[in-house]
Amino acid sequence: MAKENYEFGSAKTAPKRGPGRRGVPGEKAKDFKGSIKKLLVYNKKILPFMGIALFLSLVSNIFTIIGPDKLKDITAVIQAGITGPMDLDAVRRIALFLIVLYLLSAACGFIQSLIMTTVTQHISRRLRKDISEKINRLPLSYFDGTTIGDILSRVTNDVDMVSHTLSQTATQLVSATTLFIGCLIMMVITNIPMTLIAVITSVLGLALMFIIMGSSQKYFLGQQRYLGEVNGHVEEIYAGHDIVKAFNGEDKARAEFEDLNGKLCKSAFKAQFLSGLMPPLMGFTGNLGYVAVCVFGALLALNGHMEFAVIIAFMMYVRYFTQPLNQLGQAATNLQSTAAAAERVFEFLDAEEMSAEAEDIVTLKGEDVKGDITFSHVKFGYNPEKIIIKDFSVEAKAGQKIAIVGPTGAGKTTMVNLLMRFYELNGGDIYIDGIPVDKLSRSNVHGLFGMVLQDTWLFEGTIRENIVYGKEGVTEEELEKACRAAGIYHFIRTLPQGYETVLNDKVNLSAGQKQLITIARAMIENAPMLILDEATSSVDTRTEVLIQEAMDRLMHGRTSFVIAHRLSTIRNADLILVMKDGDVIESGNHEALMAENGFYAELYNSQFEKVS
Amino acid sequence: MFRVFRYLRKRDVLFILASFVFTGLQVFLELLIPGYMSEITTILSSGQQDMGEILKAGGSMLLCAFGSLVVAIMVGYCSTMVATGFTMRLRSKIYEKVTGFSMEEINGFSTASLITRSTNDIVQVQMLLVMGMGILFRSVLMSVMAILNIYSKSWQWTFSTGVAVLLLVTIILTLVVIVLPKFRKIQTLTDNLNRVTRENLTGIRVVRAYNAEKFQQGKFEEANDDLTNTHLFVGRSMAFLNPGMSIIMSGLSLSIYWIGAYLISRAGAVETKITLFSDMVVFSSYAMQVVMSFMMLTMIFIILPRAAVSARRIMEVMDRKSKITDGTVTEGVEGVREVTFENVSFSYPDAGEEVLSDISFTAKRGETVAFIGSTGSGKSTLINLVLRFFDATKGRVLVDGVDVKDYNLTALRNKIGLVPQRAILFGGTIRSNVAYGEKGDNREYTDEDVKEALRIAQAEEFVSKLENGLDAHVAQGGTNFSGGQKQRLSIARAICRKPDIYIFDDSFSALDYKTDRILRGELKKVTGDSITLLVAQRIGTIMDADQIIVLDDGKVAGKGTHKELLAGCEVYRQIAYSQLSKEELE
Repeated sequence: MAKENYEFGSAKTAPKRGPGRRGVPGEKAKDFKGSIKKLLVYNKKILPFMGIALFLSLVSNIFTIIGPDKLKDITAVIQAGITGPMDLDAVRRIALFLIVLYLLSAACGFIQSLIMTTVTQHISRRLRKDISEKINRLPLSYFDGTTIGDILSRVTNDVDMVSHTLSQTATQLVSATTLFIGCLIMMVITNIPMTLIAVITSVLGLALMFIIMGSSQKYFLGQQRYLGEVNGHVEEIYAGHDIVKAFNGEDKARAEFEDLNGKLCKSAFKAQFLSGLMPPLMGFTGNLGYVAVCVFGALLALNGHMEFAVIIAFMMYVRYFTQPLNQLGQAATNLQSTAAAAERVFEFLDAEEMSAEAEDIVTLKGEDVKGDITFSHVKFGYNPEKIIIKDFSVEAKAGQKIAIVGPTGAGKTTMVNLLMRFYELNGGDIYIDGIPVDKLSRSNVHGLFGMVLQDTWLFEGTIRENIVYGKEGVTEEELEKACRAAGIYHFIRTLPQGYETVLNDKVNLSAGQKQLITIARAMIENAPMLILDEATSSVDTRTEVLIQEAMDRLMHGRTSFVIAHRLSTIRNADLILVMKDGDVIESGNHEALMAENGFYAELYNSQFEKVS
Repeated sequence: MFRVFRYLRKRDVLFILASFVFTGLQVFLELLIPGYMSEITTILSSGQQDMGEILKAGGSMLLCAFGSLVVAIMVGYCSTMVATGFTMRLRSKIYEKVTGFSMEEINGFSTASLITRSTNDIVQVQMLLVMGMGILFRSVLMSVMAILNIYSKSWQWTFSTGVAVLLLVTIILTLVVIVLPKFRKIQTLTDNLNRVTRENLTGIRVVRAYNAEKFQQGKFEEANDDLTNTHLFVGRSMAFLNPGMSIIMSGLSLSIYWIGAYLISRAGAVETKITLFSDMVVFSSYAMQVVMSFMMLTMIFIILPRAAVSARRIMEVMDRKSKITDGTVTEGVEGVREVTFENVSFSYPDAGEEVLSDISFTAKRGETVAFIGSTGSGKSTLINLVLRFFDATKGRVLVDGVDVKDYNLTALRNKIGLVPQRAILFGGTIRSNVAYGEKGDNREYTDEDVKEALRIAQAEEFVSKLENGLDAHVAQGGTNFSGGQKQRLSIARAICRKPDIYIFDDSFSALDYKTDRILRGELKKVTGDSITLLVAQRIGTIMDADQIIVLDDGKVAGKGTHKELLAGCEVYRQIAYSQLSKEELE
């Protein structure tokens, strides 16, 4: 049974933005124009396709607008047929023309949709791919200042948002504008007084709508706030379930929940009710226009100022006319969200990447490396204004085991980060076999070290994939040898699918087994040097013995850097570096340091002092 | 998914009925409007010059339009009432249900999943209720009433409207059948993409150290392509929707006019022709409205699949019964103050192997019993049995002489002060966190209690440095405190309770050795009269316990004091020597 370590905040990784409820205030971009421009430049190559799609949308809408005009003609013909003979041929002619028109319009609309979908999906795919590739080019320092949830939400939510609104908004803008202008032109051509009436009533209705919607914003904000509070409470109580139970805190928690829930219900009612008014108001605006057109049209027709059939055309125009106004409003909001999402995506894509590799690059081959490592006056700070490692120098001979100990925050892991060139130095140099690391490419440096970390990182995939991990040409013998050395050969054999067992949340490996797999991974890599960062602190002490044995086999003949929490594991190191506040305050082997009776000795003895 | 609606109350059902009736009224009024137009048409076509009649008809139309707005607002009121009230109760029910769950159910669902179910999933269902109800009622009532209106006048028009509706339904259903499963697949594929990205981010050091960027990128692109292709399929299928709808809408109006032309030309008298003509004008409006309301119906199919999944996930929680049932005993046996395990075994449901087997021991008042063993040896499980987070599958756990299964849960837990492995803090203040919970004696913890607890837990120093002291803000999850600080506050919380039984589940590992030692010294002074159960990793922490129980694969591998075990227990010796050297141990 997997033990769940629920982390706060993981449930709300990505605040749901996007086209949710109507009227929910959208996120605004800091630089609207800039973001939209970047988006267009990014999609330069596919802009022509979008142009075609938009043109088709234009054509399709023009056909839609011509429709009512032709229906008007039919009506006129039929009306003439009431008193005189019916010209059925004319009716058929116009009808056939209309059918062709409708089919063409539908075809254009369909092709437009197809192109738009294809285009926007390609944009999403490319954006996601670029983000993923970007992750690999960013310096590790970037990730210190951001959360995983934040990046994930850019890969999924923001990209979805961009592609979704892009296709919608672009089409919407074009079709709404065409409909709006086209309708207006057709109306003006058909009859000016009727046009005035249609426009005035529509505008009146829409104004009413905007006034009501405007006042609903604050209720939406209220609803969002209480929803956030309720969700926060739920998250907290569920995650702290055992404490709530053990301390009988359920009643109080429930009272608090009911209170929040009631408040949420009240504010949700107001917000939802107001937003629910939107469709009836739209309907009312439509009806208002319809009534005005009918009545005034009838009056005009009565006085002989225009023919009856015009009313028929206007009955349709008035419906077409109110729609795009509403759509334009929506498109404007959507565009804001697109810009905001695009801004977040490009912010990430434009983030500063790792510095370029040196020009006079040297490549060290794994098999030629002896493993002498020298730190010479190394100066470093995660923030250049706050230097934590001031002046660090040490020499490690090939094959030695170097241990780094010290209290939390002393800078032990920092040494590893520098050794691996995960971060760049602020001063001094690190040499491998006499060559400064910044003369080597990063991937070259990475290839020279095997690494086993405290948090055993395994991915969802087979055991084989996890051990071989990207290395090519690993033979079955090598795999078996590594697994035997790591002490997991037998264990893997007992699994029904052996090496092909897929590791996911259903397979329950112990912390120790996971750690041994990562050790096997380091064995396969067979790098000349080794870094072990608190590799055993997440396992119990008996498993630790097994891992320790495996690690000793791994370290054999390799220069290795070991960071350890439990001092017992590093007593046999050739060189122990005791760090405090970013500096090495003592160094030497165990016996020497104990004899010194300094910080190390104090640290060591505090492990097993008896409670007096 | 519809089972979730059984949580609707009688009042809600009334509201739903009301909104159904009001929607009917609204549709009726809206359909009246074209009816008046028909009057106007008749007036105009028959050549009358009656302006008054036209204005009268116009006034009635306006009245209908306004009336339908008012009724629509009432519909909105009813449906929002139902939706928000229902959501509130559903949220409250699921919350109550989950807080009543035992560890077993919580682990079965996973905390993260339960949180989503109680938050996002509920919102989905609410959205379906708010939007869905109105749209569904409206489109159904609209098409039925419009068709009924036409039916009495001309079967040809009815027929063409019927065909149009049928076509619409066919298009919508076809898309639902084709696209809905893909919508679900998109969710899985998005999760998949998220997983691969998350993997890359959490393991970024490993990825770089092994130069495995290409390998990761390969995996990502595979997931990316899968997702894009499914999106493309859905998008392309959906491309049929709008053109299809609009062609049906336009085609229907056209067919009404076309058919009208033939009907009128065949009719005899001028009067009949005029009636037919005005009917035709009216029906073309009806047709538009029917199709429009069906277009709204497609909106439901966008929300429905998500809401259906959410409703199912909610019901899964509601259907799960908690295995832990409350007992009635509130007091232990007079004079007995001990925790006893009698041949206790435990295994998870559906798991063959026992996590604990045949454990027996007694911890008396004033004693400290420590548990040590490798991960997975069952130490934490053992402690959970005392708290009744789980029930023993065999044997009995007795607290003060009474089986824990017979205790009233509140009474049992009032005796216990728990410090879990992972320190949990709640949003609030230092005070609200330390003086947390109830002890059943209706006594509020005083500031002195809290301060004393903080002192013992070695938290006094850093708390006094905080700006508001005891009232200092604690963020949700205690994220504004370090691991060691959180652990000390968590220990203070247990001390403040002054419990009969202290349970420390590996609670000292986040502390450095020095603090650990001082804290245990102070603790010893107050736990003298209590029972202390202590799970630990470090030998140093448990060396001076009255009784040490060594667990190995869920079985007792040794029992005794440090000295006894060192002499006689091989497993213990292994653990001890892995941590300390021979001299240090003696």
